[in-house]
Amino acid sequence: MTTYRTIIGLEVHVQLLTKTKLFCGCSTTFGLPPNSATCPVCCGLPGTLPVMSRRAFQLALQAAVALNCSIASFTKWDRKNYYYPDLPKNYQISQYDLPFSSEGSLEIETSAGTRRIGIIRAHLEEDAGKMLHDEYAAASDSLVDLNRTGTPLLEIVSKPEIETPEEAKAYIEELRLLLRELGVSDCEMQEGSLRCDANINLHVPLRGIRFQSCDEPGAITRLESYATNAAFIATPIIEVKNLNTIRGVERALKYEAERQAKELQDNLDAGVWHIDGSRTSVFRDYQVSPITRRKSDGTLGPVSKATAGWDERTGRTEIQRRKEEASDYRYLPEPDLLPVTVDEATLQRVRAQLGELPAAQRVRLQAQYALTANDAGVLSRQGRAFVAYFEAVVKPCGDAKEACNWTLNDLLSTLNERKLDISACPLPPENLGELIREIKATGLNKQRAREVYGRMLDGLTAKEAIDKLGFKVVADEGQLLDLVRRAIAANPKAVADFKKGKVKAADAIKGFVMRETKGMAKTEVVQELLMRELQNTPG
Amino acid sequence: MTDLTATELLQKQAAGDLTAASITSAFLNRIRQYDPALRAFLHVEEAAALQHAEAIDAKRKAGQPLGKLAGLPIAVKDVLCTKGRRTTAGSKILQNFVPPYDAHVITRLKDADAILIGKTNMDEFAMGSSTENSAYQVTHNPWALDRTPGGSSGGSAAAVAASQTSLAIGTDTGGSIRQPAAFCGIVGMKPSYGRVSRFGLIAYGSSLDQIGPLAHDLRDAALLLEVIAGHDPRDSTCVNMPVPEYTKMLDQPIKPLTIGVPVEFLPSPSGSGAGGEGAGLDPEIETAIRAALNVYESLGATIKPISLPHSPYAIAVYYLVATAEASSNLARYDGVHFGQRAEKFAGLIDMVKKSRGAGFGTEVKRRIMLGTYALSSGYIDAYYLKALKVRRLIRQDFDRAFAECDVVIGPTAPTPAFKIGEKTADPLAMYLSDIYTISANLAGIPGISIPCGFTKAGLPIGLQILGAPFTEEKLLRVARMHERETDWHKRRPPLE
Amino acid sequence: MSLSADEVRLVADLARLELSDADVADMATQLSAIVDYINQLQRVNTDGVEPLAHALDLRDVFRDDVLGQSLSADAALANAPARKGDFYRVPPVFGE
Ligand SMILES: [Zn+2]
Repeated sequence: MTTYRTIIGLEVHVQLLTKTKLFCGCSTTFGLPPNSATCPVCCGLPGTLPVMSRRAFQLALQAAVALNCSIASFTKWDRKNYYYPDLPKNYQISQYDLPFSSEGSLEIETSAGTRRIGIIRAHLEEDAGKMLHDEYAAASDSLVDLNRTGTPLLEIVSKPEIETPEEAKAYIEELRLLLRELGVSDCEMQEGSLRCDANINLHVPLRGIRFQSCDEPGAITRLESYATNAAFIATPIIEVKNLNTIRGVERALKYEAERQAKELQDNLDAGVWHIDGSRTSVFRDYQVSPITRRKSDGTLGPVSKATAGWDERTGRTEIQRRKEEASDYRYLPEPDLLPVTVDEATLQRVRAQLGELPAAQRVRLQAQYALTANDAGVLSRQGRAFVAYFEAVVKPCGDAKEACNWTLNDLLSTLNERKLDISACPLPPENLGELIREIKATGLNKQRAREVYGRMLDGLTAKEAIDKLGFKVVADEGQLLDLVRRAIAANPKAVADFKKGKVKAADAIKGFVMRETKGMAKTEVVQELLMRELQNTPG
Repeated sequence: MTDLTATELLQKQAAGDLTAASITSAFLNRIRQYDPALRAFLHVEEAAALQHAEAIDAKRKAGQPLGKLAGLPIAVKDVLCTKGRRTTAGSKILQNFVPPYDAHVITRLKDADAILIGKTNMDEFAMGSSTENSAYQVTHNPWALDRTPGGSSGGSAAAVAASQTSLAIGTDTGGSIRQPAAFCGIVGMKPSYGRVSRFGLIAYGSSLDQIGPLAHDLRDAALLLEVIAGHDPRDSTCVNMPVPEYTKMLDQPIKPLTIGVPVEFLPSPSGSGAGGEGAGLDPEIETAIRAALNVYESLGATIKPISLPHSPYAIAVYYLVATAEASSNLARYDGVHFGQRAEKFAGLIDMVKKSRGAGFGTEVKRRIMLGTYALSSGYIDAYYLKALKVRRLIRQDFDRAFAECDVVIGPTAPTPAFKIGEKTADPLAMYLSDIYTISANLAGIPGISIPCGFTKAGLPIGLQILGAPFTEEKLLRVARMHERETDWHKRRPPLE
Repeated sequence: MSLSADEVRLVADLARLELSDADVADMATQLSAIVDYINQLQRVNTDGVEPLAHALDLRDVFRDDVLGQSLSADAALANAPARKGDFYRVPPVFGE
């Protein structure tokens, strides 16, 4: 079974970048002392009422528009009723039948190219508090911290259109980039401001299934006897929770897909699971049959969905519980909140304020600057301000490729070393552009150019730095020809090697010229002269 | 002195004849004297009230500006949160709950220099029509101690009727201000939904709950409404609309005045017509209502028979909508973050079940069960959503009525105050006592009950006047037209 | 239409209410009577009628993103049935 399709849908919760909670004025700052950022409203004390944060709604709206969602002109809030100690009201204010946005998409870049992942809906809801369980003493009490209770969350539910763990990773990275660029969320997974649950199952082609024991008496029925038109069978969906890092998402899904494949084979072999050929459904453009198991009354019934937790330490998913039936959340319209309307003018304003989004930016960078998809992707990933810097570097020098190299290599490492944001970059982009222009004009080599760059970080222009360092490029052919001839004469072994076809041997001769000029010989001229002279030198 | 109205007490203070301290002491004495028999109060603020009264007197002496209710004791239903003061909602599950904040209405009262004299008894979580569902005590009707004061604001209504206070605050989800006002012979008003902030009101049915005044007469009720009404940014459903000075225009009659009388509330005099649920109407009440209509006719009003065809369904709608909301509102009482926790349990879920099982009374459990059932999968369409649709039809009935009438008038309750214990065994019979009041909550419109007579046995009768949303001023003025012509509001129960 | 004892128990589980067997029996009788009464709603034609969850015709009520006063941990926990340090303490969620 190697050819199964992995079907993944992601449910991502991001915390919106508000100062205060969704329904009260308590702070959303991460890491405050336990139960120090709560009030009667977010503690759900009797008599309190929620009032919706305008900022939270606006941020959610921006995100949904950026995700190409259709925005409902009328939306309302609902109560999702369930009991849990981190939810003081024992209902969560969320959106049920009329979410403010639906039917969107997100374009992702993977090694296989660009893919568009559908989004079912994005809705606004409140977060729950935090539970602390003592792992070492199962019977000891749990502790509750309500600081996080009522924090505004945007829940973004993708369609089951993600097909590999790599794509799942790309989806989250792209979402994070987009939301950070918009200032909607800081998406810090380790602080819980981006959380992810994944629904995963496999669609396995019937012909790919090996039946180890199908000819033995009493073993499971032969494949051929299933009257199914389906080309695939679907394994039960597992909802993987506790995915706290992007790498964790990828690892967990990879593990879980393999686990499901093995589980399917084992359970079919053991006669525990059966293929229900009588029921098929269409998934995209192909037919799928579900898996069944024998219930206590002897009839075949579907194998229910289950929840699994990802254990980063062991690298395994652990099945927590089978959902025997859907939870009964008894949704009802939230009577304490009023509906919200969004008109066309508001939507246009939001659209106008979004600016250029990463996917569009990547396309433009490739088209406008002839960058590779990879370079455009890497640039885009650094954020809008960085891209703007890059573009300002290109302007004076006209060399996008070099601008890309300098910004992504030298500049980025400078920023990383100094822990600086691009907005605090000590080097104005025009200066970097000028350096690239100087390099091209004078043929300053990379090593010298880096020295110049280092001085420029202290506030010098490229010209000032070059003067200060006393770098005067030697481009005079007569002067260089003399040096080249001396170099050839001084390196007979290298000349001999070169003549034998060792092209690299020329570097040693070139090195001689460079040493003599303290690195200031114009490389292209030296190269040209050297080749000519070597041709003329007898072997 | 305690028989005086709030307005009279304010005048006497202004004239220097009475002090806030003397008024407060007099009411505290009255409470001490009669509450052992009436049981209207759950907590009485003896020391704090007197201290506050003295502070008001000092303020007056110093010539500082005083609020509209300066020096007036007021009783508040124990369903409004009072900072640092126990607030129980009549439930055992909140027996030790001390809110860290004041309800908006409490803040308004304090700002108006009113003196909180105590918190009054109520049906647990305002679920009931007789105040018998209190986890703590049964309140008696001052007009007949063997009868209930109505409910769920029975404590507040009884306290005003017995002159233990001149003003009280109640809440009304299906008639819980108006029906006890009728049973106790006083004025009680449920404002339009959204007129008074619900912030700090312990919720029962959030889309129906409103806070309103209970008083001896209309001037006092208007005054109290003036103080508590108005915008509060902490309640999204509280409208941002100016509050008229209700007391100013009170004595201006509405002319011309068209009064709609629904056949469903009062059978047509000829005995023909729909009659509907009006058929269950006590004949003595019917007579009193007709007499009140005669008063209006004599003042030049046009009486117009109308129909509210969906009003017979109001109780069914109410017991789905209110209980569905309640099942969710009351989920927070689980013994986790506040409220009573069961003593013995096995694990979390058992702790929650036991805490709720022991902390809630029978009626509350019944309504939580009904609401949970109505929202559960498989039933939500047939029950809850169906009820919301009929709710719209009920609202549309009223919209049509107010297009052709200024107000709608009928009885507040089908019977006078019933005996304690009379209906406790039959929940449905108890529910039906709210037949005339419930539609106003479903439609979100204001309603008022005013005294309009007594039965031969000496039990008060209430006249209900309903108006279009946010026409409280008109409602009060129409009610006042009747009050000026009668003296029912001046009667006090013969307590001894 | 009547509710069976089992149905009542199911609803009680959803509502997290402990009911004695006697409570369940009473509840079944009473709720059945109430549900019977409520079923008169099925007589009303509501085709094309939108549900009315709220009598108010208000929309778009918001608050600004401005910090307000929070409670101290002690004030927040003052009503807690049980606490440990500055946390609410509850029976173990797992291991039931
Ligand atoms: Zn808060």
